[in-house]
Amino acid sequence: MAHAATMNDVERYENQLTPGWGKLMMWVFLCSDAMSFAGLLAAYGAVRLGSSDWPVPASKLDVPLTALNTFILICSSVTMVKALSAIKHGDRKGLLGYLAATMAGGATFLGIQAYEWTHLIHEGMTISSNPWGVNTLFGATFFILTGFHGCHVLSGVIYLFCIFVRAAQGAYTVENNSAVEIVGLYWHFVDLIWILVFTFVYLIA
Amino acid sequence: MSLKHEHELSFIRKYIFSMDHKIIGIQFLFMSLLFMIVGGFLAMIVRWQLGFPDREIPFASHLPESLNPADPAHYNAVFTMHGSIMIFLVIIPILAGAFGNFLIPLLIGARDMAFPKLNMLSFWVALPGGLIMASSFFVEGGTAATGWTAYPPLSADPQYTGVGLGQTLWVVSVLILGTSSIMGAVNYITTIVNMRAPGMHFFRMPLSVWALFITAILQLMATPVLASALGMLLFDRTLGTHFFNPAGGGQVLLWQHLFWFYSHPAVYIMILPSMGFVSDIISTFSRKPIFGYKAMVFSLVGIAGLGFIVWGHHMFQSGMNPALGTAFMISTMVIAVPSAIKTFNWLGTLWRGSIHFTPAMLNALAFVSTFIVGGLSGIFMASTPVDMFIHDTYFIVAHLHYVLFGGSLFGVFGALNYWYPKMFGRMMNSTVNTIHWVLTFTFFNLTFFPMHILGMGGHMRRIYDPTLYEFLKPMQPMNEFISISAFLLGASQLLFAGNFIFSLFRGKRAESNPWRANSLEWSAPSPPPHLNWGDKLPTVYRGPYEYSSPEVAEDYLPQNRPLIGAPTPSRTVPAPARA
Repeated sequence: MAHAATMNDVERYENQLTPGWGKLMMWVFLCSDAMSFAGLLAAYGAVRLGSSDWPVPASKLDVPLTALNTFILICSSVTMVKALSAIKHGDRKGLLGYLAATMAGGATFLGIQAYEWTHLIHEGMTISSNPWGVNTLFGATFFILTGFHGCHVLSGVIYLFCIFVRAAQGAYTVENNSAVEIVGLYWHFVDLIWILVFTFVYLIA
Repeated sequence: MSLKHEHELSFIRKYIFSMDHKIIGIQFLFMSLLFMIVGGFLAMIVRWQLGFPDREIPFASHLPESLNPADPAHYNAVFTMHGSIMIFLVIIPILAGAFGNFLIPLLIGARDMAFPKLNMLSFWVALPGGLIMASSFFVEGGTAATGWTAYPPLSADPQYTGVGLGQTLWVVSVLILGTSSIMGAVNYITTIVNMRAPGMHFFRMPLSVWALFITAILQLMATPVLASALGMLLFDRTLGTHFFNPAGGGQVLLWQHLFWFYSHPAVYIMILPSMGFVSDIISTFSRKPIFGYKAMVFSLVGIAGLGFIVWGHHMFQSGMNPALGTAFMISTMVIAVPSAIKTFNWLGTLWRGSIHFTPAMLNALAFVSTFIVGGLSGIFMASTPVDMFIHDTYFIVAHLHYVLFGGSLFGVFGALNYWYPKMFGRMMNSTVNTIHWVLTFTFFNLTFFPMHILGMGGHMRRIYDPTLYEFLKPMQPMNEFISISAFLLGASQLLFAGNFIFSLFRGKRAESNPWRANSLEWSAPSPPPHLNWGDKLPTVYRGPYEYSSPEVAEDYLPQNRPLIGAPTPSRTVPAPARA
């Protein structure tokens, strides 16, 4: 029957939608997202190199605390890898556990960053001013770079939570786990960007 | 979701919040055409002011206060919004949004975009972006008045222009439109890479698809950089940061670098799709294969790649290290090579072709000829010493309109003439469109060519009243001539608009392949139904330019027509079971 053939073709089309495409799209999106960080980091470099009174970051920012925070974020990338590996071996409990650990890592990172922001704002450093009489862009670039990255971490935690809920419903199996891999791509990207931000904003003196 | 279910969709789901790439494309088309009327109207105001500065424009009292150029500050707002609307709300959305959406799935043999919901979202993000920009006309202080480039400190601090909220709305609007662009680009790239019909190799894709693909990559990689700059500008305006304010430790040139890092690739976002459409149209109506298909593809790639490393040529006058200036000058001039390859290939396609002067073809030929003029004047400006002299004069205005109107817009007219039957299932009246083309091409050249001469004579780009300058007074008759030509150019567009609207309802019904063309969209009904092809996707056996092939009796050989004894395509997907 002609109609049956139609349905079959439409279904084939619909089935094509699931694997592979999402992964490509995430890669393409991450290229774009990388460029937005590139724009901000380039601006940061330009204003910092053009400034005569840029403070040594470690003198104003809490580098040891943020190093700990960086470590936590890197650990959450490890648990993300473990989550994907778990479901690839059919271990659903492992998937849930490692996803939860990843979310916890992201949330802890955000918590520590919120503490750091609060502390700095109490000291008087805001997006447009600071009490030390140095270039106000020190604060502006700090808050914008860490804030933009923080938004990515927050989105990542929410994204992970959605995947966690789907995983709890049993949506992922040994064969069908590309959604976990895709959230992993995003999470590793956010992690990688943080290493750049940490290096440029906190470490380079 | 099945075919059957789709027919039961309500009007709102089918035509307003539609996920069908064709409807979304047409939504983008109507949005851009409406904004084109606004942008064109603003151009008329600019021309009135420059041609007849001592006379009040007719019906000025009916305009919003911010558009009445009687006040010099408002004149700045008028040309700023003319540029901003034409670039961000007309050319980019009509090329990438309208034709990108409509054509990509049809030309590669896909049923829809890879992510239909994201596609719908990209339109419903773009429209509010446009409305926000339009709303800035009506806020206190008027709309943005810094030129479309929004250079700080003009744009960063209201004290220089007297524009407060209007400029902020401009920034927000462009930010939103950029988001829509990125969503579209992600979708186009995924669709083209993953969803080509069986047998549709990369090097069997029509050049329109190649052009839209390369354009999507440009949008994907360049737009986020503009977004980051706009974000900083927004913070400067609203949160008291000083990114672009030297008094606070910022840098004015930072904006120019970030802005042109986006906006130079954006120049190619605005011309590459037209180049693709024109390639398809010229091949079809010369009844000849495109000359040098792969060279056409690689020159598109070359133009796009070089487009990322030449932004500094907009800043020769801003001051830069001479070594850097030389590097930008040379890299810019190198772009002439792939551009010339394309031009000669178009001419090679026409050479000894059996040329059919349809309105689409006439507009494509206009594209080629005006693109040559615009391209050559571009080389003037690429050369740093010459640019020092003509920068910020009417020479630049002439150049950019030869490329953007003469190039992009003739490409759009050609594409609209060519694909109108596929979009709406009806034919436009070709006599009216031929007359429209004659008038447009004539008045276009009469309007913009003399601007080269004005520019060489030192006529500055953004002045309010040329008669205030002693040395420009002898050229005022030329300004008047340009203005009258511009009004006639504007009036000629009524023919096209009338024909477009009339044909929507009363045009002759279009057959599925009115131009006897080869690419896949012509194998679908006009207009194509939801999911484009009935029960079976087309299979592709060859490239899209097999015109006058000796293998068949007709002078065209569609991509999806199997020839007996021909080898089967190498990349096959099992055909669906048919009972």
